[in-house]
Amino acid sequence: MKRKLMAVLVGLALATAPLTPVFAQQAKTAAGAPRLSDGVVRIGVLTDMSGLYSDLGGAGSVAAAKMAIDDFKAAEKGKAFPIELVSADHQNKADVGAQKAREWYDTQGVDMITDALNSAVALAVAKLTAEKKRILIDTGAASTRLTNEDCSPYTVHYVYDTYSLANGTGNAIVKQGGKTWFFLTADYAFGHSLELDTANVVKASGGQVLGAVRHPLNASDFSSFLLQAQASKAQVVGLANAGGDTINSIKAANEFGLTKTQSLAGLLIFITDIHSLGLEVAQGMMLTDGWYWDQNDDSRKFGKRYFEQMRKMPSMNQAGVYSAVTTYLKAVQAAGTDNADAVMAQMKKMKINDMFAKNGYIRADGRMVHDMYLMQVKKPSESKYPWDYFTVKATIPAEQAFLPLAQSKCSLVKK
Amino acid sequence: MEIFGVPLQAMFGQLLLGLVNGSFYAMLSLGLAVIFGLLNIINFTHGAVYMMGAYAAYIGMTAFGIGYWPALIVAPLAVGVFGMVIERTMLRWLYKLDHLYGLLLTFGLTLVLEGLFRSVFGVSGQPYPVPDALRGATDVGFMTLPNYRAWVVVASLAVCVMTWYVIERTRLGAYLRAGTENPQLVQAFGVNVPLMITLTFGFGVALAAFAGVLAAPIIQVNPLMGSNLIIIVFAVVVIGGMGSIMGSIVTGLGLGIIEGLTKVYYPEASSTVVFVIMAIVLIVRPAGLFGREK
Repeated sequence: MKRKLMAVLVGLALATAPLTPVFAQQAKTAAGAPRLSDGVVRIGVLTDMSGLYSDLGGAGSVAAAKMAIDDFKAAEKGKAFPIELVSADHQNKADVGAQKAREWYDTQGVDMITDALNSAVALAVAKLTAEKKRILIDTGAASTRLTNEDCSPYTVHYVYDTYSLANGTGNAIVKQGGKTWFFLTADYAFGHSLELDTANVVKASGGQVLGAVRHPLNASDFSSFLLQAQASKAQVVGLANAGGDTINSIKAANEFGLTKTQSLAGLLIFITDIHSLGLEVAQGMMLTDGWYWDQNDDSRKFGKRYFEQMRKMPSMNQAGVYSAVTTYLKAVQAAGTDNADAVMAQMKKMKINDMFAKNGYIRADGRMVHDMYLMQVKKPSESKYPWDYFTVKATIPAEQAFLPLAQSKCSLVKK
Repeated sequence: MEIFGVPLQAMFGQLLLGLVNGSFYAMLSLGLAVIFGLLNIINFTHGAVYMMGAYAAYIGMTAFGIGYWPALIVAPLAVGVFGMVIERTMLRWLYKLDHLYGLLLTFGLTLVLEGLFRSVFGVSGQPYPVPDALRGATDVGFMTLPNYRAWVVVASLAVCVMTWYVIERTRLGAYLRAGTENPQLVQAFGVNVPLMITLTFGFGVALAAFAGVLAAPIIQVNPLMGSNLIIIVFAVVVIGGMGSIMGSIVTGLGLGIIEGLTKVYYPEASSTVVFVIMAIVLIVRPAGLFGREK
């Protein structure tokens, strides 16, 4: 009896479900408001909620997206179109990420996905997004493939990529006299491409690469690899790895006295890594960042608001999510529709000016071009307040920071 | 002088580093071997309690101002008590069942513990400073050896030898071994066997926590630090012979050294070499190098 009742209830629910969006659609047609596919603009934050990148994205990215939506609504003084935010954990697995994105696009009417850190996930979601004709604004993944050989008219790559990191750090260090390099590389696609990009930059600016050692992902101990780096007598040891691997390499480098005779170059380091290492260990290191909370008044204001909620300062990825969502919503407003082609055309026309970027713009290949910053980690004595970690050594102008379009393999670039 | 293209000096350095890593393997696999040998439980929480040991030291330092040296005693005690609670409230119901149930329970517990620490502390990890007395490095001729690493080898070898001695050479150890062989009989002689088992489990867990405190200044205190290590440690126990105490100590050190050499000649394979050896040992000697066939 009970089971029968359940079946009837479920049947009823299923039968009425498709009706609700129709009512919703009829309900809204306020004058001047954008024409929306199902009455609502839905934004999905697809990120790593609990794994090794969750401090860079995760709940912080969701909070940043929410702040962006709230700010947009406040700016429109209550007349904004309906906006909904959804979020999910991709667990750093490409198949899980693609599956979730498919579900969002097919059944939940999601219009735009953002964050999507982890290059493997990003590439899978980008492919699906192109197929479904929606929009992916990737803020967290590093691979240049997103706007190079795998570029798509529906992908925007917003914050950074391996080229810009390698270019910024590699170039600057060679110019300062760090001519000979040795790489400590995570033995998988990401590490290899970061090493290759940096090695090319080093050679192009007159430096020399003496060798490299490839370590397994999540290695438990780095001392052996560092001893090899030490034996190479290179002036600079480039860390072509990420997250815990980078942190543990830096700790071991200090312990073994490597930092006394050689200098370390972090090729992918986030402010959260520095926070967890402490300045005592990380001081003096050079790195490239797309955004730093203490770079100007706007960024400081955002950083402090974010801090009140999350009790830590945002990473460049989380700040990027805020900016990406804001840019997208402005484009929907300006285009008067949430149709992906129209919104994308609008976004590529706009200049991006907010707390994240000044005069940023989106190129034909989907690359969001903006200034990058060469940072040096402060000494403990120079740090005056919590999260005061970086000195901005140089601003890398937008035009030089990213892969030149002339070298792009993207099919969307007209040559 | 060179050995296969690697200068002798560098080779000594790598061997020494292998020994440092090996002493971690030895200490962790020792705890596992004690628990398996005496309680017949495949304790998958071992990685998690290693992580908890490191966090106990970190929390002790930041919240209560407990320094490194007291933490070496306090943290294993605290985590050991936690282990005993787990044994009393959960594991004891599984002794009569197949090994698999214990493995499943402890695996589940590991996921819960790691998840809890991750949600409280985040994944980037926390820094833990090297104690002042052990800062700096000593030039040992062929390399500069950080003083702290030298201390790790000394401390863990001392703990390993002591444990081996207590279990294999003292009256208490004899009770323990007899209690696992035939609990009813030993109980009839007036020995409180369930209490003894609880204490043994607590001790095994405390060993892992001790290793965690030792590791805290070297690697980042991170909720996942145990899961990166536990699989290798299981391989060590299997190679040494499940439950063999001497086996786990010797194999731990030996594998650390072999792994160190792999890092010089073919670093890409350094995370797999242990498992290749495990496969070979299982084919040639299914009971492990020091295990007895039943």
